[in-house]
Amino acid sequence: MQIVVCIKQVPDTAEVRINPETNTLIREGVPSIINPYDVHAIEAALQIREQTGGKVIVITMGPPQAEEALREAIAMGADDVRLISDRMFAGSDTWATSYTLFKAIQKIGADIILCGKQAIDGDTAQVGPNIAEYLNIPHIAYIKKIEDVTGTSMRVQRLMDDGYDVIETPLPVLLTVVKELNVPRLPSLKGKMAAKKAVIPRMTAQDIEAEEQNVGLKGSPTQVKNIFAPQAKGDRKVLEGSLEQQVDTLVAELRRLQCV
Amino acid sequence: MRIVIDAEKCTGCEACISSCPFGAIEMKDGKAVINDFCSVCKSCIDVCPAGAISEVADGDAFTPDMDLSHYKDVWIFAEQRHGKIAGVAYELLGIGRQLADERKSALCAVLFGADEHEAQELIRWGADKVYHAKDAIFDAFNDEPYSQMMIRLIEEHKPEIVLAGATAIGRSFIPRVAGRIKTGLTADCTQLQIDPESGNLMQIRPAFGGNIMATILCPNYRPQMATVRPRVMKRGEYDAVRTGEIIPVKTDGLTCRTKVLSSVCEDGTCKINLQDAEIIVSGGRGLGDPKGFELIRELAELIGGVVGSSRAAVDEGWIPYRHQVGQTGKTVCPKVYIACGISGAVQHLVGMSSSDIIIAINKNPDAPIFNVATYGIVGDLYEVLPMLIKKIKEAKG
Repeated sequence: MQIVVCIKQVPDTAEVRINPETNTLIREGVPSIINPYDVHAIEAALQIREQTGGKVIVITMGPPQAEEALREAIAMGADDVRLISDRMFAGSDTWATSYTLFKAIQKIGADIILCGKQAIDGDTAQVGPNIAEYLNIPHIAYIKKIEDVTGTSMRVQRLMDDGYDVIETPLPVLLTVVKELNVPRLPSLKGKMAAKKAVIPRMTAQDIEAEEQNVGLKGSPTQVKNIFAPQAKGDRKVLEGSLEQQVDTLVAELRRLQCV
Repeated sequence: MRIVIDAEKCTGCEACISSCPFGAIEMKDGKAVINDFCSVCKSCIDVCPAGAISEVADGDAFTPDMDLSHYKDVWIFAEQRHGKIAGVAYELLGIGRQLADERKSALCAVLFGADEHEAQELIRWGADKVYHAKDAIFDAFNDEPYSQMMIRLIEEHKPEIVLAGATAIGRSFIPRVAGRIKTGLTADCTQLQIDPESGNLMQIRPAFGGNIMATILCPNYRPQMATVRPRVMKRGEYDAVRTGEIIPVKTDGLTCRTKVLSSVCEDGTCKINLQDAEIIVSGGRGLGDPKGFELIRELAELIGGVVGSSRAAVDEGWIPYRHQVGQTGKTVCPKVYIACGISGAVQHLVGMSSSDIIIAINKNPDAPIFNVATYGIVGDLYEVLPMLIKKIKEAKG
């Protein structure tokens, strides 16, 4: 059983603040982390390996610094990693990213592919299903429970807007996971040592035989036209008086709205 | 296209660095340089006081061999679950109608499964045509037959714009469709407009964890595809006598490897329907403690509301994810939204700022939540909430 986990190194967006004067993002001191959902995907892969045996390979597409994310994956217990990195990949949108990861996975081979449901910096949730389409395999998104895994099939619970579905699928398959699925383990001391020493293998555009016109900015159908700070509504009514008077005004307003 | 910095002109003032949402500019030997994170968003160009930053076209830029003029009409995917069309489909018809009128084209709905009556409803809510694929294969949701059918229809009819709900179903299978066709797909748009000059669809969405907004274009490929979250767009007018065409679609040759064994609807006890709630009382990091939600719950029950939360409170493990309002949670649009101890990060604001009345209670007078609040109380919520609860109880007698 070969399990490939796709992860992304992201800035911890929960730590990002906007400078109210310049309306720009304050990125200083914002740490880079493994996308939180992807950590659950790594955990799921490790648990499947414990049950069925096999190998967990964690891959990421990104600049050289993304190596750090792969070291963390080794520390958690990944058997092997690959950094998919090439200057040609810069500026990729979800289409080009999916294509690039697809080409890499095709080279590596996989029975099960796991991804986080989405990355917290883009929140698109598009790359996982798109990779499955290129590999011509089924995918199931928003997995909250893995009920059963055999060498040839899986039974999982998929989160829906009104509940959940229980689904059976043959392998190979791609799954995207939500946080409810598991509690990720902390890196072991042995894992941390291994991570420190590991040499991170890199795959370039040439290694994965990616076509130039399908990667990076060139391979990206979408373009960012501009970026702007969201506008405030600005119809604030400041309540006056002592705290008690303010609360009184609020209760009167709630009465008017027929909430009370 | 790519961004270049003229090292001769660069004064090393670092103004561009904070302007970059992607962290793609760094200092090297006292000069700014662009790194691999650059998405060519052009935010830095106007910021540079020395005019050292510009956009250059790559000589070998790839333009697809695609005749865009063959593509017309606006499509919306009308999702159904257990035979009933989801509310988001009618909202998509609302915005779809505007876009179609502006493009002087037809508005078409695509329906997989469900019956004739549901197809009629789509017309009454504004569709000119409904492509209706009726087959038992669509009874349960499986990604493969859904994507195969959608890809086939798009290839045959060549719509210019395709919109779908950013729901569990839409977000799962639409990326396969865009991937196979090779076209752009923009997730979770909050605004859609036609660029008057080019006629392209301007797709506006929160980016970077919802801290900023981005306008996305797909100028060289068709269809232009986007998903929109439920409760973001307004429905159009319902017209009970409106007529249109229902076009049956052949479903032969669809394949499916996954199998839905059972479909479990969560019952009322654990289901909180944030999206349909008229009153929501939400708590955030400012509660400081999971016990704070006891106060939130008490207030919510008192005024007939449901309990919401910010992402911070969910991340802290104080309350389950299903209560989360915001970009990664639910988008809501109640009559009254009471935010307690929520600072108002953009990712939260995009999920609730269209509420009719917003009441904010927060210690920090500079909290961004006050910018969208109709009524703001600056104060300690552990002082304000008990007082508010007491006074409401008195008012109720």
